[in-house]
Amino acid sequence: MSIALVIMITGALVGASCAIVGTFLVLRRMSMMGDAISHSVLLGIVAVFFFTGSRSPILAVLGAGAVGLLTVSLVELIYRTGRVKEDAAIGLVFPALFSIGVILVSRFPSAVHIDVDHVLYGEITFVAFDRLTLFGVDAGYRSFWLLGAMTIVNALFVLLFFKELKLATFDRGFAAALGFAPTVIHYALMALVSATTVVAFDSVGAILVVAMLIVPAAAAYLLTDRLLVMLGLAVAIGSGSAIGGYWLARWIDGSIAAAMAVVAGVVFVACFLFAPRHGLVARYVQLFTVRRAFARSLLLSHLRLHPGGVSMETIGERFLWSRRMTSNVVTAAVQDGLVTDSPARRLTLTKLGSVQAQQVPGH
Amino acid sequence: MSTVQTSDLGVIPATLVESQRRRSAAPTGDETVATGPPPVEIRDLTVAYHERPVLWDVDLTVRPGKLTAIVGPNGAGKSTLIKAALGLVPVAAGWVKIFGEPFAEQRRLVAYIPQRGSVDWDFPTDALDVVTMGRYGTLGWFRRPGKRERQIAMDKLRQVGMADFARRQISELSGGQQQRVFLARALAQEADLYFMDEPFAGVDATTERAIVELLQELRSQGKTVVAVHHDLNTVDDYFDDVALLNVRLVAYGPVDDVFTHANLHATYGGRIGFLSGGPAETSAAVAD
Repeated sequence: MSIALVIMITGALVGASCAIVGTFLVLRRMSMMGDAISHSVLLGIVAVFFFTGSRSPILAVLGAGAVGLLTVSLVELIYRTGRVKEDAAIGLVFPALFSIGVILVSRFPSAVHIDVDHVLYGEITFVAFDRLTLFGVDAGYRSFWLLGAMTIVNALFVLLFFKELKLATFDRGFAAALGFAPTVIHYALMALVSATTVVAFDSVGAILVVAMLIVPAAAAYLLTDRLLVMLGLAVAIGSGSAIGGYWLARWIDGSIAAAMAVVAGVVFVACFLFAPRHGLVARYVQLFTVRRAFARSLLLSHLRLHPGGVSMETIGERFLWSRRMTSNVVTAAVQDGLVTDSPARRLTLTKLGSVQAQQVPGH
Repeated sequence: MSTVQTSDLGVIPATLVESQRRRSAAPTGDETVATGPPPVEIRDLTVAYHERPVLWDVDLTVRPGKLTAIVGPNGAGKSTLIKAALGLVPVAAGWVKIFGEPFAEQRRLVAYIPQRGSVDWDFPTDALDVVTMGRYGTLGWFRRPGKRERQIAMDKLRQVGMADFARRQISELSGGQQQRVFLARALAQEADLYFMDEPFAGVDATTERAIVELLQELRSQGKTVVAVHHDLNTVDDYFDDVALLNVRLVAYGPVDDVFTHANLHATYGGRIGFLSGGPAETSAAVAD
């Protein structure tokens, strides 16, 4: 398998696994918690190396999962005292845990076998050289195994508990009253975010994994009003951005992980602007359409009250419309056969226009 | 008969407390005798957020088949009382029983309408899906809602006059329509006891009428409703019983008996203005 293909598949798996849990982070307004977890898990990875000397990915995931849950618990503990707001609590906890991890890495580099650059930016370029040996037999690419398993676990979790996750995310109190233990669901989700972060860590690093958690989900949120569709779109955007990012990185000869995040960002901006219903452009068009419809109804009602005809200038003055606005509204009405513009520059309703004017509400 | 309960139980002999409890649980003479344990029985309930007590030593036995309003000033613990009954907030002392058992064993008998503002209405789903959530409790873990659940949900939407909005994204509904969706979701639970946290807050006249009709329908089916209510003007129109709450329970009983100036004054303290006419007149002067 070519190196390029290995990198692309690895990236796509990072995108998919992150997007699945990221969707719920975005919907729960916990994006910053994703940021916090993705940083503080470093301590978990390092601590496992440090105390056991093992490079086993299973142990690393467990250690990181524990520190991830510790992060969430500490944030909630501080926040619940009522003395500190939640965002400040997040800002207090994860830099502390992350910096302990960084100190361990920098002080005992030989003991932990990772460097700070790797932690921050990942090393997806070299995934093709990292193979997994199981029982003395070469089992293929390590990243495929780890990320593939993570993607499957995340997908299974979300599909099995889809109803429960949806309920606990939408209405926590109601979920609790029905007996669906939203706190357990919450911590299970956080544990999966932690584990996903660790597995994605190797490829894209602590900073960019946040982009893969949040950006595809945020973009998908703008495209649909259905949770299941949002999940699917987030996975597609996440994986697609990873593959697109690889080609962008080749083209500009730059960091692959950063290029993946850039592509995801570009997709988000495109959705933000052009999403069919929630995009900025669509919103503007809706507003414009409503304004024009209202202006036309004003024009028709006014002409109905003045059967002798009204000049363009009078209309502009009456409704405080600019010359251009008046001209646009009148021209459109003339084109639709509602208004006639006589040679004496006086506007009157056509037969069709009179009918429509009677239908204007409030007249 | 008076079913007023005072909150100063410490000075009342235990035997008297017990007799009071019996009386408040007993039906009034003109109705069929209800058998079985009361829908809600609250004893010595105390809840505190940080050091500040929100509820203090509340005793309340709700009469079955009645519409009960919980009224009181802001911060009186009205929502907390409901949340404590549903096990949503930690209880510092005391206990709550639902039809004679702890709530955790009676979940299927209880429907809950949280405050409308407590959820994110931008969540990617539609009205029908939200109402279907009312069936989740019966479904339990893992089982997916199917055709039957959606059918029930659709019936409940129709019942609150929202059938045309079934497929509408919930953020595109007005406040009153959102409240009716919540109401339909509670109906979909097909429970015997309904806890409602400010069902009338910020709704339009149509929704208010719809809620009142539903309350009366629930009562005619023998269901019990306990609702946090803000509008003192409508207490005697909409409800049978009222619980006046201000951290302590000031009074509880039939509206005609306990919705009095003295009790309102005791509940709202100096925040109630001129106490001249009936409760309906005084309510206008209550600072909110």
